[in-house]
Amino acid sequence: MINTQDILETINMIREENLDIRTITMGISLLSCADSDIHTSCDKIYEKICRKAEHLVKTGEDIEKEYGIPIIHKRISVTPISMLTAVSGGDPVLYAKTLEKASQAVGVNFIGGYSALVQKGFAKGDMELIRSIPEALAETEHLCSSVNIGSTKAGINMDAVELMGRIVRQSAEITADKGCIGPAKLVVFCNAPEDNPFMAGAFHGVGEADCEINVGVSGPGVVRAALSKIPNGNITDVADTVKKTAFKITRVGQLVAKEAAKRLDVPFGIVDLSLAPTPAVGDSVAHILEEMGLESCGAHGTTACLALLNDAVKKGGVMASSHVGGLSGAFIPVSEDAGMIAAAESGKLSIEKLEAMTAVCSVGLDMIIIPGNTPAEVISGIIADEAAIGMVNSKTTAVRVIPAIGKDVGDELNFGGLLGYGPVMKLNTASPAKFIHRGGRLPAPLQSLKN
Amino acid sequence: MRAIITVVGKDKVGILAAVSDFCAKYNANVIEVTQSILQDMFCMIMLVDVSACNVPFTEFADKAKELGETLNLSVQAMHEDIFNSMHRI
Repeated sequence: MINTQDILETINMIREENLDIRTITMGISLLSCADSDIHTSCDKIYEKICRKAEHLVKTGEDIEKEYGIPIIHKRISVTPISMLTAVSGGDPVLYAKTLEKASQAVGVNFIGGYSALVQKGFAKGDMELIRSIPEALAETEHLCSSVNIGSTKAGINMDAVELMGRIVRQSAEITADKGCIGPAKLVVFCNAPEDNPFMAGAFHGVGEADCEINVGVSGPGVVRAALSKIPNGNITDVADTVKKTAFKITRVGQLVAKEAAKRLDVPFGIVDLSLAPTPAVGDSVAHILEEMGLESCGAHGTTACLALLNDAVKKGGVMASSHVGGLSGAFIPVSEDAGMIAAAESGKLSIEKLEAMTAVCSVGLDMIIIPGNTPAEVISGIIADEAAIGMVNSKTTAVRVIPAIGKDVGDELNFGGLLGYGPVMKLNTASPAKFIHRGGRLPAPLQSLKN
Repeated sequence: MRAIITVVGKDKVGILAAVSDFCAKYNANVIEVTQSILQDMFCMIMLVDVSACNVPFTEFADKAKELGETLNLSVQAMHEDIFNSMHRI
């Protein structure tokens, strides 16, 4: 039999340290549903999602019970809807409503893929879809949207950057009576991965299989608890401990992914190694950084600690899974992380520090609440900066900021649930308007020429 | 299929009997048992074969949890593979 200590360690990780599987995400290709008539296209989409994902939630719940590991979300990602809009024309919001209806029929927590990939330019369907995002997010509950506006290979589409600043603002304005929830479900990407199981940025890339299972693990609390056992270890010990812990966490993800794929009879795609926090106490990435020796997340030294964490998570996780993908790294969403919220509230964590941190973590400026009167051009400036970091470093970066309409620095916005709450953060108000309105394409950097 | 039943809580008379009785009721065959008592805390780990279990394993796991609640202990039945995958390469 397995060693008693090992058994108790696993039980303790689950019960006391919030080890869980964040999501089982089923990726479904909708290319086979494309039709020149938008209503036929919507009918085919509804039928395919309901057929493929019919048993997704039940399978997740069964695995959860049998293995004793909580699986927090069951989600669906689909082909970027702009591609279906390109074929059918018509009002893309019809697709949004169809996806919402399908997500409710199969009982998933989120459905992602109301997306467009415009890193190099706008194809037919892209502009229509992007312009419809505020309305689509306002009229649905479970739908998530993302737009890829740059890549290392293509450079940055500055017209899209300008447009997305306005879209994020509009999205907040028309959901102002619902706590500005719209932009919390909208991500602007550079180098978006095509097999990401995490929301709001999940979509099912065109190079993926017809249907597959991707799993996202969690477990910041487990990493922190492991580090608390070596208060006097040096930084090499810290890195080794994170690696070993990440290995164990990822093994559970691999087990769940393979089991879910087998039971649902669809191929196993990837395990995403991300450490995903929640606002719950003991489930914070910021607290891991503080366990490493920072008084508060945001202190000088934070970027170095995060770089170590991100790298060690990957090194530990990569051997534990047969296929690794998605975002794979540490997430630093402010409103979804108790330690980040506290650091932002106390003024020790600024948006500039968060931007620096995004150069070494898995994603970008995530779930940051900004003043309600922030001009669209400033939001575009934030997007351009993040995209530049991603483009130059050949990594994924993203922006998910929420303009809190009617609120200013010192106020708070609360979304509830996994999306959490947080203070309105101070921004640099100097205007980048002239730069943003120039438009055009920011050329791809030299590092894109690898052939 | 094999499962691990863990029982953790304050020590008292009859825990082993109650859990063994529970296994017998659902036709789960006990293969191995280890137990220890640390500062009044009872900790028992039981490896059971549930291949011939007379209810689906998800229900067995639910019933184990209920048993824990009646005994005022934490009782959990989990598929053996979660431990194997985490601790064995």
